[in-house]
Amino acid sequence: MAKLVAGMGTSHVPGVGAAMDNGKTDEPYWAELFGGFAPLRAWHAENVPDVTIIVFNDHATSMALNHYSTFMMGVAESFQPADEGWGPRKVPVVEGHPELAWHLVESLILDEFDMAVTADFDVDHGLTVPMSIAYDQPDVWPTKVIPLCVNVIQHPQPTALRCYKLGQAIRRAVDSFPEDITVGIWGTGGLSHQLGGERAGVVNPDFDRMFLDNLVNDPVANTRLTHTDFIREAGAEGIEMIMWNVMRGALDEKVREVYRLYHIPVSATAYGAIILENE
Amino acid sequence: MISRDYDDVPGTYVLDSRSYRKGYHLNMFCMSLNKAECREEFARDEMAYLQKFPMTDEQRQAVLDRDYIRLLQLGANVYYTFKIVSHDRQPPQVMYGKMSSPPMSFEEFQEMMINGGRPIDGNRSKKESGNG
Repeated sequence: MAKLVAGMGTSHVPGVGAAMDNGKTDEPYWAELFGGFAPLRAWHAENVPDVTIIVFNDHATSMALNHYSTFMMGVAESFQPADEGWGPRKVPVVEGHPELAWHLVESLILDEFDMAVTADFDVDHGLTVPMSIAYDQPDVWPTKVIPLCVNVIQHPQPTALRCYKLGQAIRRAVDSFPEDITVGIWGTGGLSHQLGGERAGVVNPDFDRMFLDNLVNDPVANTRLTHTDFIREAGAEGIEMIMWNVMRGALDEKVREVYRLYHIPVSATAYGAIILENE
Repeated sequence: MISRDYDDVPGTYVLDSRSYRKGYHLNMFCMSLNKAECREEFARDEMAYLQKFPMTDEQRQAVLDRDYIRLLQLGANVYYTFKIVSHDRQPPQVMYGKMSSPPMSFEEFQEMMINGGRPIDGNRSKKESGNG
């Protein structure tokens, strides 16, 4: 049977990808952050699952106001890096896993989670930057990927609790997949940041620390946060943190924290990453 | 108009049904800049390209002026205005700084972030910040 082994949370700031793509990671602005990536990458090098479910959001790239879904599963054979306005990132094509993706869709819908489905979807920095953070610059990505796209831009987003419950339903689906494969799950986005408005640049390390601590020891506490709690305390774009709840919901009740990284600033954000293993 | 509890958060523009409707065509213009051929057409004659979208004159002028805070007030969302600043080949901190109150240069915004970012204390609610 399939086995869900570990989860990662990470921000997906486009600047991180741009710094790598343009060879700027040794510059003083980036050096400390990329130094912090070294242990994270070492862990990933030793723990490559057959398939990784990446929970992320599209940023007005492949979805827009004319069509968007609250939760959408990518079932294609492969996904191209998207042109987000400055040409596609020169990173490998993302290989999908349609068999597990369709199993997830079937299982989740019968489990009352009505997923939208796409077979035609270019993936933006929300997905490719976490890949670059974990795997650096390989010729081929070492893991197959199932993109799970969450609307975090158009209000109302799904609730923090709904995201956690979706993670639990994903776990039930993975546990019932008959092939002997390993599966990882990543929640991306965050941590505290606000990009738009007169308050742009607001960050909240205390809130971020509470969220990360809860993620390890008391994940249900993070499901009680309202949309306005996130907007007020973590910035309008900090609401992306609900996607980490999907990841956490899919893990065991008790997890082992393997690595944590927190750094201000990355562009206008507080960067965070955490690796959690099932016991 | 139905009020929302997040209306009390200062200097913050949430993309909800109100801004969705007000900014729909403005945001769809921004979105079109994902395509290289649209970026080229916009670069050739910005006003002519903007005329293809049923936006208000005020929205078009705010695009021409790169008046980012005005764009948000007119219904744009920052992930969409991002497409304009990318088209201009500028780092996003230029836009973040221009939207800030008071406005900041790229360097000033960058320095604020390097020094730990804009503090949350005093910025949680309009009552707390006193400036709405």
